[in-house]
Amino acid sequence: MNSIIKVINLCKEYNGFKAVNNINFEIQKAEIFGFLGPNGAGKTTTINMLTGMAKISSGQIFYNNQDLTYKIKIAQKVIGIVPDESNLYDEMSGFDNLCFCGSIYGMRKKERETKANQLLEEFKLLDAQNKKFKAYSKGMKRKLTIAAALMHSPEILFLDEPTTGIDVVSVRQIRNLIKELNEKGTTIFLTTHYIEEAERLCDRVAFIMGGEIIKIDSVIRLIDDTQTNNILEITYEPLQLNMKDFINSLQINFNKISVSIKDETCIKIISKEKIDISPIISFFAQHNFYILEAKLIKPSLEDAFVKYTKIDITQMKKEKEKR
Amino acid sequence: MKSMIAFWNILSKDMKNYYLKPPNISWGLIFPFAWILMMFLRTKTFNVVEIFPGIIGMSVLFGTTSMLAVTITFEKKSRSFERLLLAPISLELLITAKITGAILFGIFNSILPILISVFYFNASIYNPISLFLGVCLLSIISTLFGLFISVSAKEVFEAQTYSNFFRFPMIFLCGLFVPITTLPIYLRIISYLLPVTYAMDFIRYSIDKSNLISNTLSLILISVFCLLLFYISIHNMKKKWLK
Repeated sequence: MNSIIKVINLCKEYNGFKAVNNINFEIQKAEIFGFLGPNGAGKTTTINMLTGMAKISSGQIFYNNQDLTYKIKIAQKVIGIVPDESNLYDEMSGFDNLCFCGSIYGMRKKERETKANQLLEEFKLLDAQNKKFKAYSKGMKRKLTIAAALMHSPEILFLDEPTTGIDVVSVRQIRNLIKELNEKGTTIFLTTHYIEEAERLCDRVAFIMGGEIIKIDSVIRLIDDTQTNNILEITYEPLQLNMKDFINSLQINFNKISVSIKDETCIKIISKEKIDISPIISFFAQHNFYILEAKLIKPSLEDAFVKYTKIDITQMKKEKEKR
Repeated sequence: MKSMIAFWNILSKDMKNYYLKPPNISWGLIFPFAWILMMFLRTKTFNVVEIFPGIIGMSVLFGTTSMLAVTITFEKKSRSFERLLLAPISLELLITAKITGAILFGIFNSILPILISVFYFNASIYNPISLFLGVCLLSIISTLFGLFISVSAKEVFEAQTYSNFFRFPMIFLCGLFVPITTLPIYLRIISYLLPVTYAMDFIRYSIDKSNLISNTLSLILISVFCLLLFYISIHNMKKKWLK
């Protein structure tokens, strides 16, 4: 078994309300595991139970195959936590903040100073190391908060909405940093409301709603399972041609497809079976089309999320942004 | 060893970030000085030995209760306290580190009134060592009140308000300026339920042996109150913050 976290029948009840209801999941070492769900789904409560910020009502939590349900302090040595808000000390410099975060894990002075310098360099914050935290930009604050969680070299990093409310450049940098960290062997537990972020970064995701895990699988499988039709979109330069006649002849020649016009420069081809692109492209070429692009349209993780949770994704994003 | 590193760094971070900031140092100096000056200007002929323990008591009580309550509430609000709660150290150790800073700040607050009384007003101290011990006890007990308050307060202004709710009655009930023997019997009962009374009594013994209770009994009762306040606060923290 290579699991770093295993959760069995985990429950959290507040005054009769089940915030988390009998959830089960396992996270493998060095994977990026996404935890997706709307507000109030139970994401934060689950993280709080896993990290020791909330007591569990029932169930078991294993870290490295060791039952640490009631000994989370032991687990805290191997976990790093990046909360959804940067929570370092405003009056301290970036360097001092990192050193302090190392010290509460028992790191000696020399050890934490070396590590702080290394992280500041890695996160491209060396120039700002002596600036007070309150003078940092939002993106820099986020990066330093992640660096602080890495001071004691944790085996697993909990990232709660790491890219919310920061500029595009910092978002890119942070996503790259997450990837790099993972490549170095750090397990990542990620919650985000940017589903495309989870799709890009995660190996596996769990969809949680109403305190229950609805679906848990690899991103690839979730997307594949969502695909009911194969869709091919062909974009071409506008042509003086009767498109209706062309579509009819296309459907006669390729009888297992249905064709529709998306706009004046794009046709959408849908089939229950796999689409062989080359004869279709040749057919277009025979009719003097100048093809600009031909692409197979795959469903996204967002489509999978909507399929399983039946949630209005735009509404969910708006709610999160408001927060 | 790792716990000791964490303890020391939490303490020194608090000292640097809060207690050794110029506004707080000046508070520790100006506040007792203002009290002495006020007493002096009001009466001119005041008996220093009578008000000396009260000034020390006020300085320590006001310095520690609100400082700890405010710093913990402030860190709770900015969520930096979460960082400490998530560290692999026991809550008891974390809280001991947090209160140590406030205790030291309380002791610092007592220095100026002692120096002024001794060197300017020529007040004599019967037992300097036990005075130091008395100041320490008062500082510990006041800090623990601050800790107790910090668990209930959500906002910094609430911490200040709750601190005053405890502090002001104590000025009159715990023998800072008004001798307990002059209080009506029902107020005297309340006085003896407040641990500051015993710390003040200890201080009075150290200055002119005018204590009402035996030092051993005071020490025992203060220790019991300290342990009670500490563990009730820890229990409340676990219940409220790690629910």
